[in-house]
Amino acid sequence: MSNNAASSSAGANGSAHSAAPRGNSKRPKYSKFTQQELPACKPILTPRWVISAFMLVSIIFIPIGVVSLFASRDVVEIVDRYDTECIPEQNRTDKVGYIRSSANTTCNRTLKVTKHMKQPIYVYYQLDNFYQNHRRYVKSRSDEQLRSPSGENETSTCKPEDTNGAAIVPCGLIAWSLFNDTYSFSRNNEQLHVNKKGISWKSDRDHKFGKDVFPKNFQNGSLIGGASLNASIPLSEQEDLIVWMRTAALPTFRKLYGKIQKDLQPDDEIHVILQNNYNTYSFNGKKKLVLSTTSWLGGKNDFLGIAYLTVGGLCFFLAMCFTVVYLVKPRRLGDPSYLSWNRTPGGH
Amino acid sequence: MKRFVYINDDESPTQELYCDNRISNRKYTLLNFLPKNLWEQFSRFMNQYFLLIACLQLWSLITPVNPASTWGPLIFIFAVSATKEAWDDYNRYLSDKKANEKEVWVVRKGIKKHIQAQDIHVGNIVWLRENDEVPCDLVLIGTSDPQGLCYVETAALDGETDLKTRVIPSACMGIDSELLHKIKGVVECPNPDKDIRRFDANLRLFPPFIDNDVCPLTIKNTILQSCYLRNTEWVCGVAVYTGNETKLGMSRGVPEPKLTAMDAMIDKLTGAIFVFQIVVVIVLGIAGNVWKDTEARKKWYVLYPNEGPWYELLVIPLRFELLCSIMIPISIKVSLDLVKSLYAKFIDWDAEMIDYETGCPSHATNTAISEDLGQVEYILTDKTGTLTENKMVFRRCCISGIFYGNESGNALKDAQLLNAVASGSTDVIRFLTVMAICNTVIPVQSKTGAILYKAQSQDEDALVQAAAKLHMVLFNRSGNILETRYNASVFHYEVLETLEFTSDRKRMSVVVRDCQNGKIILLSKGADEAILPYAAAGQQTRTFSEAVEQYAQLGLRTLCLAWRELKEDEYHEWYLMFREASSTLVDREWRIAEVCQRLEHDLEVLGVTAIEDRLQDGVPETIETLRKAGINFWMLTGDKQNTAIQIALSCNFISPEPKGQLLLIDGKTEDEVSRSFERVLLTMRITTSEPKDVAFVVDGWALEILLKHYRKAFTELAILSRTAICCRVTPSQKAQLVELLKSCDYRTLAIGDGGNDVRMIQQAAIGVGISGREGLQAARAADYSIGKFRFLKRLILVHGRYSYNRTAFLSQYSFYKSLLICFIQIFFSFISGVSGTSLFNSVSLMAYNVFYTSIPVLVSVLDKDLSEEMVMQHPQILFYCQAGRLLNPSTFAGWFGRSLFHAIVVFIISINAYAYEKSEMEEVAMMALSGCIWLQAFVVTLETNSFTILQHLAIWGNLIAFYVINWIVSSIPSSGMYTIMFRLCRQPTYWITVFLIVAAGMGPILALKYFRYTYRPSKINTLQQAERLGGPILSLGNIEPQPRSLEKEVSPLSITQPKNRSLVYEPLLSDSPNTRRSLGSGTPFDFFQSQSRSSSSSYSRNCKDN
Repeated sequence: MSNNAASSSAGANGSAHSAAPRGNSKRPKYSKFTQQELPACKPILTPRWVISAFMLVSIIFIPIGVVSLFASRDVVEIVDRYDTECIPEQNRTDKVGYIRSSANTTCNRTLKVTKHMKQPIYVYYQLDNFYQNHRRYVKSRSDEQLRSPSGENETSTCKPEDTNGAAIVPCGLIAWSLFNDTYSFSRNNEQLHVNKKGISWKSDRDHKFGKDVFPKNFQNGSLIGGASLNASIPLSEQEDLIVWMRTAALPTFRKLYGKIQKDLQPDDEIHVILQNNYNTYSFNGKKKLVLSTTSWLGGKNDFLGIAYLTVGGLCFFLAMCFTVVYLVKPRRLGDPSYLSWNRTPGGH
Repeated sequence: MKRFVYINDDESPTQELYCDNRISNRKYTLLNFLPKNLWEQFSRFMNQYFLLIACLQLWSLITPVNPASTWGPLIFIFAVSATKEAWDDYNRYLSDKKANEKEVWVVRKGIKKHIQAQDIHVGNIVWLRENDEVPCDLVLIGTSDPQGLCYVETAALDGETDLKTRVIPSACMGIDSELLHKIKGVVECPNPDKDIRRFDANLRLFPPFIDNDVCPLTIKNTILQSCYLRNTEWVCGVAVYTGNETKLGMSRGVPEPKLTAMDAMIDKLTGAIFVFQIVVVIVLGIAGNVWKDTEARKKWYVLYPNEGPWYELLVIPLRFELLCSIMIPISIKVSLDLVKSLYAKFIDWDAEMIDYETGCPSHATNTAISEDLGQVEYILTDKTGTLTENKMVFRRCCISGIFYGNESGNALKDAQLLNAVASGSTDVIRFLTVMAICNTVIPVQSKTGAILYKAQSQDEDALVQAAAKLHMVLFNRSGNILETRYNASVFHYEVLETLEFTSDRKRMSVVVRDCQNGKIILLSKGADEAILPYAAAGQQTRTFSEAVEQYAQLGLRTLCLAWRELKEDEYHEWYLMFREASSTLVDREWRIAEVCQRLEHDLEVLGVTAIEDRLQDGVPETIETLRKAGINFWMLTGDKQNTAIQIALSCNFISPEPKGQLLLIDGKTEDEVSRSFERVLLTMRITTSEPKDVAFVVDGWALEILLKHYRKAFTELAILSRTAICCRVTPSQKAQLVELLKSCDYRTLAIGDGGNDVRMIQQAAIGVGISGREGLQAARAADYSIGKFRFLKRLILVHGRYSYNRTAFLSQYSFYKSLLICFIQIFFSFISGVSGTSLFNSVSLMAYNVFYTSIPVLVSVLDKDLSEEMVMQHPQILFYCQAGRLLNPSTFAGWFGRSLFHAIVVFIISINAYAYEKSEMEEVAMMALSGCIWLQAFVVTLETNSFTILQHLAIWGNLIAFYVINWIVSSIPSSGMYTIMFRLCRQPTYWITVFLIVAAGMGPILALKYFRYTYRPSKINTLQQAERLGGPILSLGNIEPQPRSLEKEVSPLSITQPKNRSLVYEPLLSDSPNTRRSLGSGTPFDFFQSQSRSSSSSYSRNCKDN
């Protein structure tokens, strides 16, 4: 980039003018701003500058991409889709009917650990094709009500799950549809404790969900949505609810269920006893159980690494192309021969 | 149609009939301000649109965001413009109040009383002292001057600074000042109008004051509101028009707001976006309803009711309408208003456009049309006072066939003339007498004894000055008596009648009685064609017409002087007719002209004067530069053809012979005119392909025929011809020509300095007034007022061009950023069940439009793509602005594509980087918003050509401000995005994603721009490269091989070498009627050749005669 600080000559001009005789006092005061003569740097796109910019980007991006990709690859993830598997063969023709019936929905799954997993191991449930971001759904909550008991009746935004004779706490579709599958893990017949404390955001526990707000009138209606809540525990400690109420922006999302604070070894077999309660069958949603470690970039997600490598590679490619073109067919910048005013102006 | 004003009649009903003298310039009152202002604001489409959106948002079922996000900016915008209006109106109120409460002396019930100006009623007698401002339009009935004269300064009315005499009507002459209190009578006058040069009324005084005779009143008998009384101890007059019905009040008026071509384009693009928005809304609305019925019903957690209300089908489309409403940026209007007023300020501030002779800075009265300056295609310019200085200097004369001043170029130093004066040759004395007294100049004797002349016209001033230098000094004018001094003797003349100058008559005369011998003489001066045909039979006028021609070829203004002795009875007979004519109410001007005609015949032509009107500094260069910039020049002047052509040549208006060619449209009859016109049109068609500089010349008479009968063909000619000279055109023809060019969709700029240019200035897309010697009338009516013609170059090339470029960027960028965020919302709707969920929260949306994206782009008002010197050196670059290359549907499509591309980049990267367990609504939203903000910062950076400290501050400061604002919002527990920004900033993923978005978004754009910049450079790019790499600038300067030496020779109008000049230029000229006739035969080219021969020969003969 070549910079020209074009200022000095203009300034000299101005002072020459101010020395000239002046008439009345209407004459504006001379300043660089009013004369539009602030010193300015005027970069132009020289080949050298552009090529080195692209080079620089590729030099920075490719290593970052590699590092990100390695970070993502280091994450060990076990994904187990169980929505169909957990329905007895004979009921698979009518999954919705099965899930709505009061039959025992306990289901046993076995997960095989392929790699060493360092604690903490995060347990997520993943829902597919679940639109937590649907407009009707995402708005159906009352933050006032969640925060303090005085806002209990602030249910106007919660329709259609607002009142049920009395105000529902917590009201709204989000709370009403709380996920209610439960998992318990064991390794070699030894119970693996799932820590469900601290899975939600601390700020939510402290400020968004009141310590003195208790569930009231919840899941009492004719339509039962998802999980019910223990009415004696304040909302700030109902972490599953707090996690659920952080609505997801995408129809595929994972929510933290708990943490296993033990290392898992390769070839460990983990038995999961799950209660398959949540109805995703009516809309063909998938349910998955995910056990995952974490890296500095978060969970397993190759996107950033690949994207960085792609962008870095493309920049490198462009830099090379421009260099070649520049060397093969150099073009003088600002060549006056390109200025042909006499040609018909439209022909440009 | 008439009003009868009963003088001093306290009981008459007229007091109730007409309004009092309360002046009100106010647009609003306290009560109607809100409704009226709102009504005005809502009459604009954009505002209606925003109001509709804002109202829809109040319906919580469909609003995606808090209504405040639209109401806030909307109310802000309205408040800003309402406050501006209110402030202006308040100031008007204050100045009105000051004028209304001024104390004046008024006669009430026969007693002089001190009352407030607003209580004056029609018919009241008002007394004024010296230096008082006139409170309303008065008909004079008495003054302190025994002659019944008074002097007024009318600067506030017409901008003319010289003193004007006003006289009391003859009927009131000699009434004792004590009796004026009791005077009764009736003034019959027309209903109020705005013509400040005309007042055709009658006065009849009731007994006991004289008789029942009707006394005619003219504008001379009035003093108008806002004038000042000068040099007169007191006057008194009858109020005839009061309050807002005065001449001044009637001529006030709000001129129609002008809309720039750019505004029109922006409106068009807005319309296109609106259509696009409707399409998107309909498509998404249908998709949303389909999705709802097929998918959403299965989703039990959404709990869709089976039966919806009747409007259910509308809900989703309306939601999308609201979601997409930001496509049309609400901020664009505010931003544009803001930057436009800054452009105007830059013009006001520009130190290089200050006229240091008068200390008069340039001023942009109309702050809204600066961009149009950069798109000017036609400049229509007045000649006198605009191209020339309007500083008249008497240079030559021809007295009874003898040429004076030809050698020295200054007749005042011509020994031959001085000798003739000293020897007292009769012809010369008569000539000087006409010069000295045939005028309306008022001599004012200063204390030192020097005589100053107050003249209404510069020509008269020059003549009187010259006469004084030749020892014929006009030194006193008291009443009707003129006193001149010749050497030591004093002559007295009694002015009997003044036959005033009008542009139709083209001459003025005075009838005087020579007090020495009692003879009555008619003295006339005027244009040659208004004098020479009326010469006495038998007098040889050929020398004079040759003199006129010769002088005109030198670009001098000529006047013929003539005189005639009148017989007593002839005069008296005529006098009666004149009196009758001047007391008519209908068509008075025409009647008077007719009567004057009866006296002005059989004149003895004394000679011809030649007055030089120097070209203003820098005019040729300015015109050359602007012509190179592709601007076509038309000169519209009231002056003679030859003078006009000569001036046109000397200021590079047309090129000299080999390259340039002049085509004359002329003729005495309609037939001749039409034939010559067809010929010119044919020639013009042929020569357009050649690199020739062809101009046509047309005079007022031919123009009238052409405009009437051949309008279409003339329009074609106007399009073909880059240059035109229209001479002897009237103000209304000037306006018609502007109208003609405007009707062909050309952007016109009219520049002029006098009252006769006002109509043209108001008619043109841009009116530029030169605050010159002919008063400020033009400057007041104009959108821009400048001190000198040469500033026009800077006004157009620097201010106009920068304004255009800046607005082009600003407006398209405004759409870009709104579309960017809107596209993201649309994409998000595809993954949110087409339900119309807004990804962004209300605070972000509002702040995005109002802060994050508005501030950085506002500093683009400081952006300069090329330095001023570079533009001046290569004015051709203006073509990009003229042709609208920087803002048109295709550039807009580029921006549209860019916003689509960026939206895809931001959206895809955000939702993939923040997938699965990170997929939290607020975080994804902030991620996407951050991406947008970063991208727009880099887009502004890439599109900025010059970075001053302010640009850096705005762009990078804005980025920092984005984080600061969001941190602040994130630290409020009750806000939806509590802690979000802190969390994000701690995550490495966030920063990695941001950089990925920037690289992926800007990489292709940079590559594309680089490719275009290097391998397909526009001329702007080439010049930028040349300017900044420094090297080839010099060689660039050389590519314009135009020799500058030529104009250097031309500009001082080298009077010293007429022969050399005429050899070069004469081939173009033609005037004599016989050659005009020869037009029928031969090609036009031959015609010019023959012209040249004839005129050059006649010229050399003239020289020999001397």
